[in-house]
Amino acid sequence: MIIKCPYCGPRDVIEFTYQGDATRTRPNPASTDQDTWNAYVYDRSNPAKSHREFWLHGGGCRQHLVVTRDISTHIISSVVYARDYIHAGGK
Amino acid sequence: MRYSAFSLLKNALNGNKDWKPAWRKPDPKSAYDVVIIGGGHGLATAYYLAKEHGIRNIAVVEKGWLGSGNIGRNTTAIRSNYLLSENQHFYEASMKLWETMSHDLNYNVMFSQRGVVNLAHSLPQLDIYARRGNQMRLNGIDAELMNPAQIKKLIPGLDISSSARFPIIGGLMQRSAGTARHDAVVWGYARAADQLGVDIIENCEVTSFLKDGDTVTGVMTTRGPINAKKVACAVAGNTSELMRRAGIDRLPLESHVLQAFVSEALKPVVDTVATFGGGHLYFSQSDKGGLVFGGDIDGYNSYAQRGNLPVVEDVMSEFVALIPALARVKLLRSWGGIMDMSMDGSPIITTGPLPGMYLNTGWCYGGFKATPISGKCFAWTIAKNEPHPLSAPFTLDRFYRGYVIDDKGQGPTPRLH
Repeated sequence: MIIKCPYCGPRDVIEFTYQGDATRTRPNPASTDQDTWNAYVYDRSNPAKSHREFWLHGGGCRQHLVVTRDISTHIISSVVYARDYIHAGGK
Repeated sequence: MRYSAFSLLKNALNGNKDWKPAWRKPDPKSAYDVVIIGGGHGLATAYYLAKEHGIRNIAVVEKGWLGSGNIGRNTTAIRSNYLLSENQHFYEASMKLWETMSHDLNYNVMFSQRGVVNLAHSLPQLDIYARRGNQMRLNGIDAELMNPAQIKKLIPGLDISSSARFPIIGGLMQRSAGTARHDAVVWGYARAADQLGVDIIENCEVTSFLKDGDTVTGVMTTRGPINAKKVACAVAGNTSELMRRAGIDRLPLESHVLQAFVSEALKPVVDTVATFGGGHLYFSQSDKGGLVFGGDIDGYNSYAQRGNLPVVEDVMSEFVALIPALARVKLLRSWGGIMDMSMDGSPIITTGPLPGMYLNTGWCYGGFKATPISGKCFAWTIAKNEPHPLSAPFTLDRFYRGYVIDDKGQGPTPRLH
């Protein structure tokens, strides 16, 4: 699998570390609502098709990235900086 | 037909013309008491439902052929060397069922208690193994610490020199652990369940669920609708997608790919199962002579039954570091299976999450050794609508209640379990 880093260009997957589902939203740290925290910590959509996920390019520019990948074919449709993704409200 | 030395002899003298198929290939009926989705743990579940709970109007639906899923894609190790009591009691009960399985099923599953040894490469690691071994012995499971000389005697090819990349300083042995022939387990359970009246329906994928309000009343399949009083799901890596068809959108699961490897056939070189503690590698030798081994999951969500090269390189380098003499052995084949990695690394056997439905999932990459106890506990859950005492800690609500069973202590990070 090759991930096209927006800073470094196309690089082998061995340079990257997977950091999980990027569609979860961290609850307000002051929240004591168990349902909200339980959903954030434990529940995953785990789709077989398009999945938005965090990767760290630790073997390259060390940027956190958001990759949109087809989980069944490993075809990657987009790679953006995580900070841009977060600033856009996770979209 | 009951298999015996007599039946073998009789058929041999008769030119082997009278052997019957081990199970029927029935068309699905319009309704059953229980429909079980998944021909892996599902076969064991059907067997125990029929044998111990008197429920025989059962269909097991499998989307491919029997053995095409994880039950035929694993590396066949069977062990109960866990740390936490919940896991120890559960897997040790499974071990007891393995010991009598060939007789119970009248089918040789080639269960071989050849021992599993976890190699330690540092003093802290050996301390942790000693702690686990003590915990096992407290719960009645055999465990012993071994020194390098004993381990060298067990596996002469191992590099136990101090110049090894990760020198071996000891190991934890469970002698009652071992391997079984995975295909024979599938066929044995299928044949035994079939003889008890269970319909095994292959090439039959569930496309949606029949519901009355929230209550599940059956399944729609590629071979037509099937009504059922109870619907049980045991489909390993595809659980999230299957449950989405029932309207359950989120579960404490991620699907990951685990690769496995087989070498060309060799004369006997390893007569036990061993694991490398400096990274992640486990290996044994099959009766055909091939070395059967595997390592970590690839580390990212995947529904593709194939993996990527970094893990292949990692596993091969670990194997060569442990047994340099095998460096020139050729790899025969490799493949991938999709694991239902749960949030605490432990399985889920539960009623629900919808009325009329039962769920068996979250086996990570340890489901094969649990096949008999998983079937027994799941059958109990389906028949009585309550968990079996052994599987009571493994219900779905444990995450919400805060009673996770995290044997490795990795937290809610499925790729690390």
